[in-house]
Amino acid sequence: MVDAAFGPEQGQRPNLADPRAAYLELVRRKRMYGGILLLVFIALMASGWRLAEDRNAGGFLDGLHQIFAFPAEVLSEAWEKRALLPAIFWDHIPALVETINIAAVATLLGALAAMSLSLLATRGLARWPRLIPLFRRTMDALRAIPEIVIALVLIYILGGGPVPAVIAIALHTGGALGKLFSEVAENADLKPVEGLASVGANWSQRMWLGVIPQVAPNWLSYALLRFEINVRASAILGFVGEGGIGHDLKLAMQWGQGRYDEVVAIFALLFVTIVVIDQVSDRYRQKLVKGN
Amino acid sequence: MTAMHAPGLAGTVTRRFAARTRLAFAIPAAILVYLIYAAISFDLAGLVQRARFDNAAILLGDFWSHKTHVTRDNRTDAVTIAIEGENKGTYPGGMLPDWVTSDGTVTTIDLGDGHIVTYDDAGARYAVPGYGTIDIRPQGGKPVLTAPQPIPDWISVAENKVSVTTDQGRFSYSRSKVETFRYEPGWELWFFTLDSPFYGKSWGELIALAATGDRIDPARSNLGYMVSEFWTNKMWRHGDVAWAIFETILMAFLGTMTAALVALPLGFLAARNFSPLGPLRFAARRVFDFIRGVDGLIWTIILSRAFGPGPMTGAIAIALTDTGTFGKTFSEALENIDEKQVEGIQSTGANSLQRARFGVIPQVTPVLLSQILYYLESNTRSATVIGAIVGGGIGLLLTQAIITQKDWEEVAYYMVLIVLMVMLMDSLSGWLRRKLIKGS
Repeated sequence: MVDAAFGPEQGQRPNLADPRAAYLELVRRKRMYGGILLLVFIALMASGWRLAEDRNAGGFLDGLHQIFAFPAEVLSEAWEKRALLPAIFWDHIPALVETINIAAVATLLGALAAMSLSLLATRGLARWPRLIPLFRRTMDALRAIPEIVIALVLIYILGGGPVPAVIAIALHTGGALGKLFSEVAENADLKPVEGLASVGANWSQRMWLGVIPQVAPNWLSYALLRFEINVRASAILGFVGEGGIGHDLKLAMQWGQGRYDEVVAIFALLFVTIVVIDQVSDRYRQKLVKGN
Repeated sequence: MTAMHAPGLAGTVTRRFAARTRLAFAIPAAILVYLIYAAISFDLAGLVQRARFDNAAILLGDFWSHKTHVTRDNRTDAVTIAIEGENKGTYPGGMLPDWVTSDGTVTTIDLGDGHIVTYDDAGARYAVPGYGTIDIRPQGGKPVLTAPQPIPDWISVAENKVSVTTDQGRFSYSRSKVETFRYEPGWELWFFTLDSPFYGKSWGELIALAATGDRIDPARSNLGYMVSEFWTNKMWRHGDVAWAIFETILMAFLGTMTAALVALPLGFLAARNFSPLGPLRFAARRVFDFIRGVDGLIWTIILSRAFGPGPMTGAIAIALTDTGTFGKTFSEALENIDEKQVEGIQSTGANSLQRARFGVIPQVTPVLLSQILYYLESNTRSATVIGAIVGGGIGLLLTQAIITQKDWEEVAYYMVLIVLMVMLMDSLSGWLRRKLIKGS
């Protein structure tokens, strides 16, 4: 045991005649490494925060007591105009629906792409085993490009509207889900696939009838989780780029005082939507993975 | 037996099969109907008309090539040559690219493949091989075109402007100026700008200069001078870009780690088996739900109001959002531990803190670490977006470059860097995960 812990190379060895001393030596060594690691980590965190504060426009302590100033200002204005809130909610429902639609369409398209990509990139299932690295790298690249990059470039080419956001989120979803899907498919039982192969089924039939039924619950669960994430992403993209409730929020924020009731209404809508979608998908996912 | 069961069994199987077949058609049909609805509500048809595919061409062109503007002001007769038409890329007086010759008032531009553009006192001429010479002379302030008839469609003639587009470049003549664009592959001035003494030198020359050459600037070595010229390159701003990338990674690191440190004790508070106080547990869980529900976007907006733009705001925003996520997953991990080890520690008389340290932490460390590392990678991507909102890091540079709508070569550069950064963090977190979790 001790030998294995110290490695094969010659050097200072613990005295095995005295196992207690050897054990204490080992513990001391481990503690020392742990302590050094902890010190390095603390130093990194401390200097990192200091550096970040230096490069920030406002300092931490100056901002800390202002942190509730903005929410308070916004909320008090909204409270004065609380009679108007229901109408504002109603006005922003179409934008909210657009945001959810963006997320839903992107999740659908991304999941469809991820299905084929993941099967093509899974060992044992791939149509062309030699091309597995190619499909894996494709998924890596899709995952690596942040949505905002694609969205902003596409806004320049396609003009505003929801389509750039859909494409951007769908591409990212394809890569992210593809990886998770392929991890699930790797654990699929190959017997149905072999059975189908023995009766002369072609590749797509083998996948559709042999693999998909096995992995569908897990895949669906991942897709739902992704949908949650994509609703948030779609709101953020609207804020940075165009389309949906994020854009409304940006316009209201830019207007500033006088339209804070709108800001509150949009915050509340977003909050409720996200919580509801989280809860529903959480319940469904538990059912999918554990149920049946 | 079989004969008796057969009709019932066959009936059931057929019915189930029919139901499955219906479902197998109904689901794709529902998806299709939804996509059609989405296509209508997203106005896909109108999009085709609004799309600017010429913008796409400009974008793709800028991704791998650059253009040099040779401009003559028709009032002062001054000729300026500038890369991408930018001030920072203007050739200083007396310095010309090798495809431009200037002889007093006559400027000759060789666009390659026999395409020659000449600016002189009379006007400007563009000789296109296989077609002839396009000759433009101003009369009464307006450009008058003489060219072989019929005028092809790559020459556009308006009242005040004549422009010619060929595979070799673009040429336009208007009342105020005459301009020629020459396209060349590559990102020009990537290493050194035109005002640098190292511009236009080959690799061999540069190495020779760095190793043995006389000092250009007596105050420092040539290598140091070179590095500083590269680092402060005015066109590409490598130094600023490196800082921005670093800031983005810093935001992700600080945010993730701080969230983990804050969420760990809170996770104990929210775990059923560690927190005997029901109301406290309930409160902790609702706090996590609230933080996650409010969403990173809203937190980012509120925080940037308080702390102003910068990386610290971004880091706090990431930390806050992820505290909610980590709190939830940590408490779930804590609820799923094996109680036997804790009991074993308890039997030796350990207090609750010692039980947590020696009975629980070693069990959950791999799960928590892998979560944290996964989020570290994913937050690098979020930090890019958050940077665009709070004004810090590479996200800010990227959105600024995109908003100007002309520096697409810089957009391409930032995109490549972002993808490399995310891939690097991806493999780093994967490597750490393998080292820390499977190695021990």
